[in-house]
Amino acid sequence: MKYFVVACTILATTFLYSQDCTGIFYGKVSDFHNGKPIDGATIYFPELNKYTITNEKGEFTQLNVCSGIIKVMISHIGCETIETEVLISTDDTFKEFNLEHHIEELGEVTIKATSSKPVSNSGQVTEIEKSVLNQFSGASLGDALRQINGVNTINTGNSIVKPVINGMHSSRIIILNNNVRLQDQEWGIEHAPNLDLNLANNIIVLKGSGSLAYGSDAIGGIVLVNPERTILKDTLYGNTILNGQSNGRGGNITTSLKKNFESGWFIHGNGTLKKLGDYRAPDYYLTNTAHQTGAFSINSGYKSFKEGFNAFYSFIYNEIGILQASHVGNINDLANALETQQPLIADDFDYKIEAPKQEIRHHLVKLDYFKRFKSFGKLQFQYDYQNNQRFEFDRRIGDNRFRPSVDLNLQTHSFLIDLTLDTQADESFKSGILARYQDNFANPDTGVRRLIPDYERYDFGAFLIFEKSFNETFITDFGVRYDYNHIDALKFYRKTRWEEQGYDQDFSDVIIEDFGTQWLTNPKFTFHNIAASAGIRKTINNQELRLQYALTSRAPNSAELFSDGLHHSAARIEIGDLRLEQEWSNRIGFSYNLSKAIIKLNVEVFANHISNFIYIRPNADNPIQQSNRGAFPIWEYVQSDSFFTGLDITSNFILNEELSFYNQASFLYAQDLDDDIPVIDIPGFTNSASLNFSKSEWGKFKATLTNETVLMQNRFPDNNYTISNPTTGEDVFIDISTPPASYTLFHLNLSKKFAISNKTDLNVSLGIQNIFNTTYRNYLNRQRFFADEIGRNFNLQIQFNY
Amino acid sequence: MKTTIKILSFLFIATLTFNGCSDDDDAPGVVNEEEVITTVTISLTPQGGGTTITLISDDPDGPDGPTAPSVTVSGDLAASTTYNGSITFFNSIENEDITAEVEEEDDEHQVFYASGLGTFAYGDADGDGNPIGLSFTFTTDAAGVGTLSAILRHEPDKNAVGVSDGDITNAGGETDVEVTFDIITN
Repeated sequence: MKYFVVACTILATTFLYSQDCTGIFYGKVSDFHNGKPIDGATIYFPELNKYTITNEKGEFTQLNVCSGIIKVMISHIGCETIETEVLISTDDTFKEFNLEHHIEELGEVTIKATSSKPVSNSGQVTEIEKSVLNQFSGASLGDALRQINGVNTINTGNSIVKPVINGMHSSRIIILNNNVRLQDQEWGIEHAPNLDLNLANNIIVLKGSGSLAYGSDAIGGIVLVNPERTILKDTLYGNTILNGQSNGRGGNITTSLKKNFESGWFIHGNGTLKKLGDYRAPDYYLTNTAHQTGAFSINSGYKSFKEGFNAFYSFIYNEIGILQASHVGNINDLANALETQQPLIADDFDYKIEAPKQEIRHHLVKLDYFKRFKSFGKLQFQYDYQNNQRFEFDRRIGDNRFRPSVDLNLQTHSFLIDLTLDTQADESFKSGILARYQDNFANPDTGVRRLIPDYERYDFGAFLIFEKSFNETFITDFGVRYDYNHIDALKFYRKTRWEEQGYDQDFSDVIIEDFGTQWLTNPKFTFHNIAASAGIRKTINNQELRLQYALTSRAPNSAELFSDGLHHSAARIEIGDLRLEQEWSNRIGFSYNLSKAIIKLNVEVFANHISNFIYIRPNADNPIQQSNRGAFPIWEYVQSDSFFTGLDITSNFILNEELSFYNQASFLYAQDLDDDIPVIDIPGFTNSASLNFSKSEWGKFKATLTNETVLMQNRFPDNNYTISNPTTGEDVFIDISTPPASYTLFHLNLSKKFAISNKTDLNVSLGIQNIFNTTYRNYLNRQRFFADEIGRNFNLQIQFNY
Repeated sequence: MKTTIKILSFLFIATLTFNGCSDDDDAPGVVNEEEVITTVTISLTPQGGGTTITLISDDPDGPDGPTAPSVTVSGDLAASTTYNGSITFFNSIENEDITAEVEEEDDEHQVFYASGLGTFAYGDADGDGNPIGLSFTFTTDAAGVGTLSAILRHEPDKNAVGVSDGDITNAGGETDVEVTFDIITN
């Protein structure tokens, strides 16, 4: 079905006729199910013998229509044709049509590089559709995003998975859940995004910072998680997915139910429960990697073309065990782990989640309202509130055994106003303002010094985006944005650390109280961030070129400024720096897209120069610190000019009606220019190839065999060191830098659809991941020092649509 | 337009309501770190009497403070002598005796000793009959110069090969204390 849609794109041309009547009839054609615009639908006026075709936004315009009632027929390949009558006024007439369009197909592994998303015309945009997302119902957002070429993940085990776009993650990526920017302490590598993938209808990833509507600091990219849009028709439908997997001996159940009324009212609900026990590597169980999740969301409101409002609430609870063996006391423990290449603790399978573990609750409330003004545009207000509560439990002794070591509560209030002016067919103008207040509270009851202090943060932002299409094949866009950040923190510093960092010289005025061995300080920071972008998109028959330049700037986050403590899984002391300045990124992205009937090719290349790039690395002058607990390396946040460049090639070959071959290859290069050393944690060359077999006569049967190959990263900074073993007195060389060896994995997925009745059907799929139970380690997994990645997994999914 | 105003006022009220429940802005409470072992003291008393030798590693700013511990040894040990030894752990930040907590959870803790100048034997046992290492004996060999180290492991596998004899190789667990003293026997 997708190929039909793509084929129609090429035909997206509007035919215009001239006549005496002056009315303009314009409108939009959307998919009945997901509200997505339908490209290439034919709007036929039988009485006039005229027709027009929708563009990629599903929009059509018919000039010179006489007033009165006219007959309209809307048709599209694979959809039911609508015949209706429309009353044309003397003024402009707008009408929205929904076509019945079955796109739900399980097992569609292909991800199309969309040519037509409103997110950005000139940027590198990729969309993951619902059918693909459903396969990841039991996995994380990061796992789903990894399907996109150029997107990797940085993991802490198998349950804490963060997306990495073109080598960048955490605060350099903006994640939006239903247009709300996630504020969930995203600064840490062990802090996974808090959202349930199952509430998404589609996910759009924009590499780089091309869309300034969401922030000026998305140096890496933007991830938009969009829920299902509403349709103006009386419907009640839903689906339930049951997912079971052998590795972890658990699974999840997720259900969504949607009720829409023709009057415009709607209510959508969604719930997910997930439970998994310890994962298994080929040779042993990964003790204490059990995990459980509960998530719930409800979305309700009223929508018409002219105005609408919407209340959205989503909640997610995550309890995640951290691999027992990865929690080390000092570097000799780490040295033991590196030497044995086996986890020091590997017990039998269990569902228990014990310390070290994380417990996170994230609440999100959104209220929005929009109104469309005739011959003007659309005005939208949004308020959102998020409450993120994070507990981290360490292995403690005595009465503290069940007391968290980290207890952080982050509350965020945001208020947005967006204005879109789109009266001109060939021009659109969007602007918006943002006000945000954030309050972080670090509970002292933990009995452990705070890693992140109490702070309040105020943000104000404003942006303008202008788009102009010169003709059907050439579009340009420009944008500017300004963001103001003010951080007002209250932090305790050990006097010894305060002096060691030289803060007594530079920051003596921020001390507000003396607590004996500690100072209470009140550091305040103000940052002015500027972003700008300019891009073009040119279409030549079935080829498309996109070129975009973007300037972005990011203020240091609270981990980079304030970190001050021992990090257990890394066995290192991490130190922030109050003197850090903001990063400035200059990025150029270029895409080439070819879309023919039997071959599709998408090539994306980028170059990104980042001034003051902030990252953590060993302290050059004082690499090891002694204590009663043994020695620890000291890692500090530093700034350096860095250069990133990369190439992502995605291709799809249709071999015959049943067979197709899909390949994605990604190469990334990153260098610290000041010290002329490679940047740490950059994935090696990654290639994923899959052979797809599909036969609709066999009940939409599909089989996909995938090979995933990751080559060893040979470019890495040397952070190795030598310590003395207290028992033997010998020197031990600690290699924490060399990335793991190359690996290649095979995965198989089979799926089949069963129609139960008119309106209900059942999709069953069986997957095998890591078919040959290959032992490997992943450079971007923080637990790679301690244990292998997970082994073979059988996955059975039953999806019931009704 | 009326609807717009209604919605806006609703949003405004919502903002106030949510702001109302945010945390107060009082000065944060100071955290004096618990469970931190700032002071490790080993006392060695010769069997049959004599001067007690005290080995102290004192790290007042804790494991993640920048100051290195100050390590003191009160005197030289006698060669070819058996000493009754004990070890204590103390948190000077909170005036907390950590030795008592180790004793309470003795099945989850074990101290391992090593020195090139003599041999160690455990002088205590937990409920399962496995050693803890809070008291021990240290028998020095002939005269020499070397080190004495003590490692406290949390949740070691006391049943693993060699562990109950004081061999740390297969112990696993997490290191809570690791101190090394320069000693002389004569």
